[in-house]
Amino acid sequence: MSFDAVLLSRLQFFWVVAMHILLPAFTVGLASYIAVLESLYFFTRKPVYLRLSRFWLKIFAVSFGMGVVSGIVMPFQFGTNWSRFSDATADIVGPLMAYEGLTAFFLEAGFLGVLLFGRSRVPPWMHLGAALMVAAGTLFSTFWILVVNSWMQTPVGHSIVEGRFFPDDWLTVIFNPSFPYRFAHTVTAFYITTALVVAGVAAYHLRAGRFRVEGVTMLKMAFGLLTILVPVQMELGDLHGLNTREHQPGKIAAIEANWETQSRMPLLLFAWPDERAERNIVEIGIPVLGSVILTHSADGVVQGLKDWRPQDRPPVAIPFYAFRLMVGVGVLMLTLVVCSWFVWVKGHLGDSRWFLKLCELAAPLGFVAVLAGWVTTEVGRQPWVVYGLMRTGEAVTPSLSASDVWASLAVYIAAYAAIFGAGGFFLVRLLHKGPAEAEPAAHARVGTPARPLSAATEAE
Amino acid sequence: MTLDIVPLWAGILALGVFMYVLLDGFDLGIGILFPYAPDDAGRDAMMNSVAPIWDGNETWLVLGGIAMLAAFPLAFAVIMPAVYFPILFMLVGLTFRGVAFEFRHLTHKRHWDHAFHWGSVVATFAQGVVLGTYVQGIPVHGRTYAGGSFDWATPFALLTGLGLIVGYGLIGACWLIMKTEGALQGWARRKAWLLAFGVALFIGAVSIWTPLAQPQIRARWFAWPNLLILSPVPVITLALFVWLLRSLKSKREAAPFLASMALFGMCYLGLGISIIPMIVPYSIDFWQASSSAKSQTFLIVGTMLLLPVIIMYTAWSYWVFRGKVTAGGGYGH
Repeated sequence: MSFDAVLLSRLQFFWVVAMHILLPAFTVGLASYIAVLESLYFFTRKPVYLRLSRFWLKIFAVSFGMGVVSGIVMPFQFGTNWSRFSDATADIVGPLMAYEGLTAFFLEAGFLGVLLFGRSRVPPWMHLGAALMVAAGTLFSTFWILVVNSWMQTPVGHSIVEGRFFPDDWLTVIFNPSFPYRFAHTVTAFYITTALVVAGVAAYHLRAGRFRVEGVTMLKMAFGLLTILVPVQMELGDLHGLNTREHQPGKIAAIEANWETQSRMPLLLFAWPDERAERNIVEIGIPVLGSVILTHSADGVVQGLKDWRPQDRPPVAIPFYAFRLMVGVGVLMLTLVVCSWFVWVKGHLGDSRWFLKLCELAAPLGFVAVLAGWVTTEVGRQPWVVYGLMRTGEAVTPSLSASDVWASLAVYIAAYAAIFGAGGFFLVRLLHKGPAEAEPAAHARVGTPARPLSAATEAE
Repeated sequence: MTLDIVPLWAGILALGVFMYVLLDGFDLGIGILFPYAPDDAGRDAMMNSVAPIWDGNETWLVLGGIAMLAAFPLAFAVIMPAVYFPILFMLVGLTFRGVAFEFRHLTHKRHWDHAFHWGSVVATFAQGVVLGTYVQGIPVHGRTYAGGSFDWATPFALLTGLGLIVGYGLIGACWLIMKTEGALQGWARRKAWLLAFGVALFIGAVSIWTPLAQPQIRARWFAWPNLLILSPVPVITLALFVWLLRSLKSKREAAPFLASMALFGMCYLGLGISIIPMIVPYSIDFWQASSSAKSQTFLIVGTMLLLPVIIMYTAWSYWVFRGKVTAGGGYGH
């Protein structure tokens, strides 16, 4: 593996997307959570829901603003670093990305301003409507971006003319085979991520003896949701895996570090894959379980990596371990959910100190799982950028030298470290303050559209 | 037989880029002028005058970029590698100045003020370099960019980079004349006066340099009968410049802003006349760069529905924030 323009451009794309994805991973769920809080307040008029919604709106505003700022960078990566990919696929990918932009900006223009600044200026039903629209808008955005990603994983509905992809049927392109599974799995992951952060923040304040009513409400809402979503997510993950085995069997072979096509495949817990020798130097596994999980039958046959030419195989170690990290984190989440049932039944949800400590520790787990899952699916797709049809190495901008990309990568790393550092500091400060009753703004605001970050400072 | 919607897309792209240049132009100009303001109160007022609208302005950059990817992918794939580093510096500059709007209220105000200023300067300079590189022509081989990653570093592109800093500074100063009063307004008026002459100098230099360096542009402007047909362009530009100076002299409030915007409009028109129908000067035209009719048609439906709403909303938000700003009051923090 040499650090050429292809690998460095991949690292750069990894860096700008990995930093960016942390924000939607949190804000998609948070937008829905705020919509739920607003609905509860609208129908019950209990002030606790209003206090919580105001608190999380500030967090949402900062996260969303940083998501917008870091999101601007990504479409430009397509042109600067992946220009041959852009030229080959833009007839399909371009309009889909444009729809993401149009719907997101349409939403931002129309409803975010009302949600952030309009509480005293529009009737309550309209404010609730804005909250619902913002939540829907974040899901639209997720929808279009995952359409693009899924089409690159399981491309259908196009024809190829002189190396370029042209759309035949848009509905087939959009609802490509992996899309429904990826969309469901990702959105559920985003919701779980948010719920764990909400639970962690609640636990943090409860342990410090603050915001008792708010904290218990947040814990109940978070674990109510997690009780449903964590098991559902495991089922969705299983379905997504079966879908991947059908459409991208090479990815599954890498995830399982499985070299030989075999039935009664073991499930490896640990392996040291040697790609040159085409075997695992060390492996520890449970017999037959791999076939059972992947085919739902002990005798099910699973394809091994040797079925593909070496140049058509993905790297093995990264998907293998990233996948195990994701699943391991999922098991931890399930454990936490089971713990919550016992504590909840005994009525100690708000004051069991060990449980609250666990919640605090678990707060970032969703982000870990999202990143690990994303790495699994993206590295597992290699060496293809459009699966089976266009190689990643053929997608990069031909005029770039390795030193060009070294330089830009260094700039992106330094810039994001500064900006995400400052933003993280800002968020931690807001979370630390908790859902204190905000002072009414001293000055009259005329309403601030399209300016999410300022919603947080307004209450400072 | 489907309708040829390539010209429509060319119009949408041109509109998006122009909206971006005008709107983000004056708020980048605020950042350029920022450290030279008379005092801290003035700086706060400057920030407040664009705080509610700047990120709406940047929306147009993304819309322009994605519209190009979707409707004219070949142009996107050829132009972006040619300006690899200017785009990098523009993006990083915009990011720093963007978050500075909020982060300066939290800690290290001085640091974020520097970030705001230098982010604006770097982003503007980078955009000017992109413009200069574009006008000079982008070498193409087959369907890819045929030059190197540092071909943009030419005297001409550096000139347009500096020129754009002065230009955005001018519309920023004129914006402040309209939006502020008292000492700050007087300061902005004096700056606008100086910057107006600077802009005239750069417009003159570019107008002489390009036809000398680019035979295509020379032919476009000076071949008969184009010379006669296009003669209103420099005449109107000159008239707008005179109007700008007079409105500054007579202490008008909104007229300088309108005049400077119109001046930008004429420069943009001049650029359009120079290169049309090319989208990648001087080898790929709009039709060659187009995506398939199926792609363009699929996207035009949503664009025609949503773009007017985005434009109306932009206009409305400017209406909401009309009137003068001050350092503490208005719609600041």
